[in-house]
Amino acid sequence: MIHVNTKVNGDDAEFLCDTRETLLDVLRERLNLTGVKEGCGTGDCGACSVTMDGRLVCSCLVLAAEAEGKEIGTVEGIANGEDLHPLQQKFIEYAALQCGICTPGILVATKALLEKNPDPTETEVRYWLAGNLCRCTGYDKIIRAVIDTAADMREAS
Amino acid sequence: MSLDDVKTSNFKFVGTSPDRPDGVDKVTGRARFGADAQAPGMLYAAIVRSPHAHARILGIDSSKAEALKGVKAIVTRADFAEGLEGENWNILENVMAGDTALYDGHAVAAVAATSALIARDAVKLIEVDYEVLPHVTDVDEAMAPGAPIIRAGTADASVPEGMHPNVVRYHESGHGDVEAGFKEADLIVEDHFKTEATHQGYIEPHACLAQLGGDGKGELWCCTQGHWNVQKICAALLGLETSQLRVTASEIGGGFGGKTTVFIEPVALALSRKTSRPVKLVMSRSEVFRATGPTSSASMDIRIGMKKDGTITAAQGTFRLQGGAFPGAPMEFTAMCAFACYDLKHVQQIGYDVLANRPKQAAYRAPGSPMAAFAVESVIDELCNQLGLDPIDTRLKNAACEGTKASYGPRYPRIGLVETLEAAKAHPHYSAPLKPGQGRGISCGFWFNFGGETSVTLALSEDGTVQIAVGTPDIGGSRASMALMAAEELGIPYENIRCTIADTASLGYNEVSHGSRVTYASGLATIQAARDAKRKLCARAAAKWGIPEDAVKWEDGCALPAGPNAGKFPPMPIHEITAEMGATGGPISGHYEATPEGAGVSFATHIVDAEVDAETGKTSVSRYTVVQDAGKAIHPAYVEGQYQGGAAQGIGWALNEEYIYGADGRLQNSGFLDYRIPVASDLPMIDTVIVEVPNPGHPFGVRGVGETSICPPLAAIANAVSAAAGVRLRELPMSPPRILAALDAQADG
Amino acid sequence: MDYHTPSTINEAINLAANAPGSTRFLAGGTDVLVQLRADIFTPDTLIDVKHINGVHDITQNRDGSWRIGIAVTGAEMSEHPSLSEAWPGVVEAMDLVGSTQIQGRATLTGNLCNGSPAADSVPAMIAAGMTATITGPDGSRELAIENIPTGPGKTCLAKGEMITSLTIPARGRHGGDAYLRFIPRTEMDIAVVGVAVNLQLDGDEISQARVALGAVAPTALLVPEAANAIIGTTLDEAALEALANAASAACKPIDDKRGTIKFRTHVAGVLAKRVARLAYTRAKG
Repeated sequence: MIHVNTKVNGDDAEFLCDTRETLLDVLRERLNLTGVKEGCGTGDCGACSVTMDGRLVCSCLVLAAEAEGKEIGTVEGIANGEDLHPLQQKFIEYAALQCGICTPGILVATKALLEKNPDPTETEVRYWLAGNLCRCTGYDKIIRAVIDTAADMREAS
Repeated sequence: MSLDDVKTSNFKFVGTSPDRPDGVDKVTGRARFGADAQAPGMLYAAIVRSPHAHARILGIDSSKAEALKGVKAIVTRADFAEGLEGENWNILENVMAGDTALYDGHAVAAVAATSALIARDAVKLIEVDYEVLPHVTDVDEAMAPGAPIIRAGTADASVPEGMHPNVVRYHESGHGDVEAGFKEADLIVEDHFKTEATHQGYIEPHACLAQLGGDGKGELWCCTQGHWNVQKICAALLGLETSQLRVTASEIGGGFGGKTTVFIEPVALALSRKTSRPVKLVMSRSEVFRATGPTSSASMDIRIGMKKDGTITAAQGTFRLQGGAFPGAPMEFTAMCAFACYDLKHVQQIGYDVLANRPKQAAYRAPGSPMAAFAVESVIDELCNQLGLDPIDTRLKNAACEGTKASYGPRYPRIGLVETLEAAKAHPHYSAPLKPGQGRGISCGFWFNFGGETSVTLALSEDGTVQIAVGTPDIGGSRASMALMAAEELGIPYENIRCTIADTASLGYNEVSHGSRVTYASGLATIQAARDAKRKLCARAAAKWGIPEDAVKWEDGCALPAGPNAGKFPPMPIHEITAEMGATGGPISGHYEATPEGAGVSFATHIVDAEVDAETGKTSVSRYTVVQDAGKAIHPAYVEGQYQGGAAQGIGWALNEEYIYGADGRLQNSGFLDYRIPVASDLPMIDTVIVEVPNPGHPFGVRGVGETSICPPLAAIANAVSAAAGVRLRELPMSPPRILAALDAQADG
Repeated sequence: MDYHTPSTINEAINLAANAPGSTRFLAGGTDVLVQLRADIFTPDTLIDVKHINGVHDITQNRDGSWRIGIAVTGAEMSEHPSLSEAWPGVVEAMDLVGSTQIQGRATLTGNLCNGSPAADSVPAMIAAGMTATITGPDGSRELAIENIPTGPGKTCLAKGEMITSLTIPARGRHGGDAYLRFIPRTEMDIAVVGVAVNLQLDGDEISQARVALGAVAPTALLVPEAANAIIGTTLDEAALEALANAASAACKPIDDKRGTIKFRTHVAGVLAKRVARLAYTRAKG
């Protein structure tokens, strides 16, 4: 077992883990952050997307031990209390989610996109999200929600 | 119900698209899905699976696993009920192999341990002694003389004599005299088609948390499309009394038909019973592909005759479907849907249900229909091409309408195929110019839609707000639709209503969320439950006013004196009645239960533009439009979502998705890396047109909308590829090597 | 499995050389963790190299060549302005590996050491003439990239040896490189065929060229015959045709779930022409 000190959504967190456990395993099973989803365990679906020191990664492809000293961001950290992030608002408004299992990963990924590129084209959004599988929506309403949120956020800033 | 009883106009709430009640939970990560449950003292389970396509199980040695620290129990087939028959026996046989492993991935044993890692390590220590048997995975090979016999004696009485024992069911339907019809034709096109098995590809793997005591009382939490069905099957497989097992449906991360049965739930319950502790069991993605229920693969022959003016004179189809090592491939649906779009004098359909060494198929969005549409609509396209006819006009000429005798038997009531074709023809997409290298395809599609057992309770709170308990897991935004229909009926704001998916202890039996039945059947029951509550509310107001009950009507959330008493008393709002209900006769609820049978059939017409890279055979979809009859769209944004989602799945099925088995009978692509579902950059925006031809079987005219949208894309894309590249693909998926080979074959003459 | 985070190269090499059982180095982990999770391979000792000084750096040497640290991610390469300008083919090839999420972790060195014949970055590195510094208990050696993979999942690195840095040559004037791959979807697939071309112009004429192929043989191939087909030409149609034929002729592919022998052989030629045109356009500026 390895003892790990890390920071999740701004709060200090520490845990013991097996060396083979992934960051995803620990976020879900030890830290009860079950908003982070496991869809494949092999980095192909993006449902487990988190940020690590601001960089978008699949938490299923990070060992829990690698989180030592890092800052992790999950879907649970996107809203500020009851104040939803504009992306969260827009996803509900645009019906950009159906079953909702891919939604946490897509929100983490699109938030990272808009921080890097506040004015993405449709093609840029689609390629950025290529690693986030959604089987319900055909992506149409997701893409529209992201582009429209970006426009709103540019106007607000 | 006749169409006169259907409300078709002056809606206040229905037809708007408010925010979904589960929205905030789902965007914040609070929503609890199958794998998100925990319980004190919980163990983790993992399953041992056969690496062989067909093998006799000679012995299972679990001694090494039992010796591993943290391992608490191991179960095999011996831990389940004996003496089961029929489909229960088939399901048990699929959930845990008996004396023979029938496909790669078939469960053989399972282990519960104190951590998921230990459970997975223990699986590797369980030694199974197999005698490998010959196998077959292709449907045509499985029917051929000399094919390995998968389960002798499975065939039922419908199968004609002389067929291979792997053919287990036979279907024949139609009317007229097809040979006479073909004689009237100016052109007959006859072709052979094949489609590979595809998977629903829901992003949430199957997951459950089970607790079962030695006293036979159990609790089960799982992601499912139908928890009463889970309750019934699990009780049978474990020898329990049904009512002693309470099942709660979690939020469900996609199902598309694949979560209408059980795979892991009975195993978790058996492990819990053996350990007296809660057991959590979550499938890996690889297990989902290898051992849940993909579609059938199909081999089909289609023959259609047409006159020069486009009139279809006769149609004939033979449909061979393998559904894994168990009976149940939906070949009768394939046969019945094949020609359902057309008004035919002479039509004949034949179906074969064939066993193969593959996992037991499960429903996938309009099960059986998409492959039929692929074959039939491709042949119609070919006839139009050869006769120089417009594909929409030709379909309009033959389209089924009210009064048509359907190819599968009944006469249609009011239906909307013609309206979808006309809307498609009028859509700017159909007349938009194509760029060089692009081709346009169109196709129609059909699905029956179902009703099924349904029970709904609507309870009023003291403050006049309303809670609805329905029993159909919400797989497409149905909680919002239920609340909209109740709001419409009660005349109170959508926001004052909360709809919840009740557990099995809280309502009577509810059929699974499948067959596009939820907005239709649970919606109908919700409306009727609201009407039941309204009657009670009116009675309370009548008593207070001292006038007869039938002299009170309900309008805009208030009781109103009517008839001779009109205007005598001010309207009494719902919250005034409910505030006093404890003293005026007790709590007020509305309830309805029935097996509604008026689900309206649904049709769609799709238009697609595709582009083929002639040097590599790669196809890209550049424009897509879905036109479909919804009867009445309760929540239009979610109806659009169903149209778009079905089209996207159909595009995947057409171009890239397939089960690939090696010569060893093992599945070679059990992950999202090589089972290639469409990613965001693969697709264009998907335009939608909602046609509304009311269903006489629903108070607001609703038809199911979930499934029909996956029926047309396969053929629409094949037709577009044919127009773009000049080659007809008769086998799915239309992968680049296949298209390139077709182009090469054409170039070689 | 033991997990170590050495802070120096020497420490890492000592661990690898002396650990009992199997060892693996961990950089981005996008292959190592998949193999761990899918029970394909679990090492007894895992050595995380990301805590070693300098492994995250991209530096340009005085002679114009570049040193890429072994833990530099694909995303960091794409974000580096002058590296992308000098070697767009190498950067784009790395960028094609997996999703945005994978790019946040995956490294050139990891892509190379994983030993996949279909690795996207490897043909681009070979075409660019890149080299790797390999350090072990007995010191360091420099090897051309094409000499490192020895077969599917295999490299020439001995126990205790690790790649400690990668070097890209100076771009020089009038040069251009490009990489394209064929996949059935637009993203997220493993290459069915990959082709990289790197060339240098003298006026309109190609003076030097290197052509490399991926996913058509047990290892990525450097194909001098394909390069010779375009050297001394202005990439006219005849040269392109000769290039395509040479590329197809070099293929020794297999039939598998991702493509057939015939398909791969044909598409290698198709892509070679497209990639060469792109590299030529880039070289022209």
